[in-house]
Amino acid sequence: MTAVTTKLDTFLDREYEAGFVTDVESDTIPKGLSEDTIRLISARKNEPGFMLEWRLQAYRRWLTMTEPAWAQVHYPRIDFQDIAYYSAPKTKTDGPKSLDEVDPELLRTYEKLGVPLHERARLAGVAVDAVFDSVSVATTFKKQLGEHGIVFCSFSEAVKEHPELVQKYLGSVVPQGDNFYAALNSAVFSDGSFVYIPKGVKCPMELSTYFRINARDTGQFERTLIVADEGASVSYLEGCTAPMRDENQLHAAVVELVAMDDAHIKYSTVQNWYPGDKDGKGGIYNFVTKRGDCRGARSRISWTQVETGSAITWKYPSVILRGDDSVGEFHSVALSNHRQQADTGTKMIHIGRNTRSTILSKGISAGHGSNTYRGLVRITPKAVGARNYTQCDSLLIGDKCAAHTFPTVEVRHPSAQVEHEATTSRIGEDQLFYAMQRGLTAEDAVSMIVSGFCREVFKELPMEFAVEAQNLLGVSLEGSIG
Amino acid sequence: MLNIHDLHASVDGKQILRGLTLEVKSGEVHAIMGPNGSGKSTLAQVLAGRDSFQVDSGTVTWDGRDLLALPAEERAREGLFLAFQYPVEIPGVSNAYFLKSAVNAVRRHRGLPELDAMDFLKRVKAEMKAVGMREEFLYRSVNEGFSGGEKKRNEILQMVLLEPRLAVLDETDSGLDIDALRIVADGVNRLRSPDRSMIVITHYQRLLDYIVPDKVHVLSQGRIVRSGGPELALELEQRGYAWTADAPKAGQGASPATAGAARGGAAR
Repeated sequence: MTAVTTKLDTFLDREYEAGFVTDVESDTIPKGLSEDTIRLISARKNEPGFMLEWRLQAYRRWLTMTEPAWAQVHYPRIDFQDIAYYSAPKTKTDGPKSLDEVDPELLRTYEKLGVPLHERARLAGVAVDAVFDSVSVATTFKKQLGEHGIVFCSFSEAVKEHPELVQKYLGSVVPQGDNFYAALNSAVFSDGSFVYIPKGVKCPMELSTYFRINARDTGQFERTLIVADEGASVSYLEGCTAPMRDENQLHAAVVELVAMDDAHIKYSTVQNWYPGDKDGKGGIYNFVTKRGDCRGARSRISWTQVETGSAITWKYPSVILRGDDSVGEFHSVALSNHRQQADTGTKMIHIGRNTRSTILSKGISAGHGSNTYRGLVRITPKAVGARNYTQCDSLLIGDKCAAHTFPTVEVRHPSAQVEHEATTSRIGEDQLFYAMQRGLTAEDAVSMIVSGFCREVFKELPMEFAVEAQNLLGVSLEGSIG
Repeated sequence: MLNIHDLHASVDGKQILRGLTLEVKSGEVHAIMGPNGSGKSTLAQVLAGRDSFQVDSGTVTWDGRDLLALPAEERAREGLFLAFQYPVEIPGVSNAYFLKSAVNAVRRHRGLPELDAMDFLKRVKAEMKAVGMREEFLYRSVNEGFSGGEKKRNEILQMVLLEPRLAVLDETDSGLDIDALRIVADGVNRLRSPDRSMIVITHYQRLLDYIVPDKVHVLSQGRIVRSGGPELALELEQRGYAWTADAPKAGQGASPATAGAARGGAAR
């Protein structure tokens, strides 16, 4: 097995390409967390009073809470006083009004990351909100989207321009005290994206947010809120990267989705935060709460995630199936290599009648990586005719990694149909040799096998993202599409 | 031309091949027979370049080149094909994609243009018909859930598509019914040509009713102990392996390479 393991190691040892640092002057508040910190953040952002009150409420809740310890992840205690909670690149004006006012250094950063913000170079058909450390630096295609009545802007802007929408929906899916990290986020979140799709509107282009952590010793706490009103639909993409640093950095985000009657939200993530080095030094702690509320009848929410980065991933994009006949979906590929740890999965809470959910989870462990699927399927007493199908597959590469599966099923109505399938496989020496005997290299063979393993999830990704996911996993897209 | 000289090889420290010498000229078909544990499969795996099989001494030259110096994928691209005794399943990878990647890897190496999807499908569908495989097998995962006979046909299909210069068939006949056996033999016979050599490893004479070899060798305890024409196979069928010199003593364990191929001895 040694020769094969060496071949696999070469295949898996990819450089982290987004690991550079942008040299910009930052306005970073001192480290530490108190009510004053929160007042300071709120003041920096010129927020209305209701926002500050909401933050302070969350902070007071947070003080009473303890860090969760149930996840299958191990890391030293986080000192929450040793983090700077707000860092923004300095601008001359009070936030750029157009792309011309954005620091060219920032534009170059996004260009290097493959997310050009300039009109001429933009990806056709994708509008981008670019978040750099704690603030949104640019949002593209705002005007065109505005013509359809669609609101797509930074969260800070939404608080000022659409306070009634923010007040109505903020915290309505993930309440302030939902969990330790959600409470922390509610207290200190600095920016993020806001989307509102009005009744009956199908969003004409993909919307996306690109998150970038740059500053040292800071945490990123962004908040995304997407509301699709009756009959509306939107496909939203999220990407993330960070420089290579020896210290761990905290990223504690909250994403809330609301789908009214007949609305459809598709949320896709390609997460490529810095994973730390081979020995587990550095990397992002990605502690994220993502939840969708199928509030209306026949609404549908799909989460698709490709998790390749972060030192630790702790995230469970979930769907509350409140509306009758609503549909929740979760498709996930999580890779943990070297010393990475991923504890991820989903919760499907069936409340409405004839609600349906599908869970498709693919975990890949390599090196010393540890990959855990943790899921909950709950059929409440009112959920007549609810159905769930769950499939959890684990792929092991090499013999030092680990895979765990913790599925929980709670059924409180006899009409429920719940199915669960799980497999674990290992890329074997026999498979590699078989492929090599047909003229393929070991790298091609691994890439082919990994890609075959992920294919059902990749099929769910929008094209641009499927290409990115392919690059990140080093797998061939052709193989995954067949 | 393939020239194996005094080859010694071992698996997990256990010596299996003990001075094997064999010459296969271009265009010839050689059958290698022998009881379980005699080293037949080890020979096949060593020729194909599997890492877990260690060559201790001896030489293998192939058209004047040192075969043992080439990595497995290079041997394959140069035209060495091994039909596996136990074809491997690769879940999630479609047979069509696997076959096309293999064909194009070999074509690239030989300086030929790669086949596009259309040309490839046309070609593969025609060949599938010839080996009696339904088209749906293109879209199923490589060997996954295939019956024993379907797996062997899939091996023959790959062999036909890859057009090897040296084909080694490792007990391709095992576990086949008579119809499947005919299809396999037909695939092999169609490939016979003056610039292609074949080594057919088999336990039974049965296959040699359909593939008439130029030479037959008997392998025992890691060495060739008898060589002759097709008539040697018939003699073996009648008398069993026991009469050949150096025949293994009763109760000798199978080599790891053939472990799992638990079957009765050939002596009947």
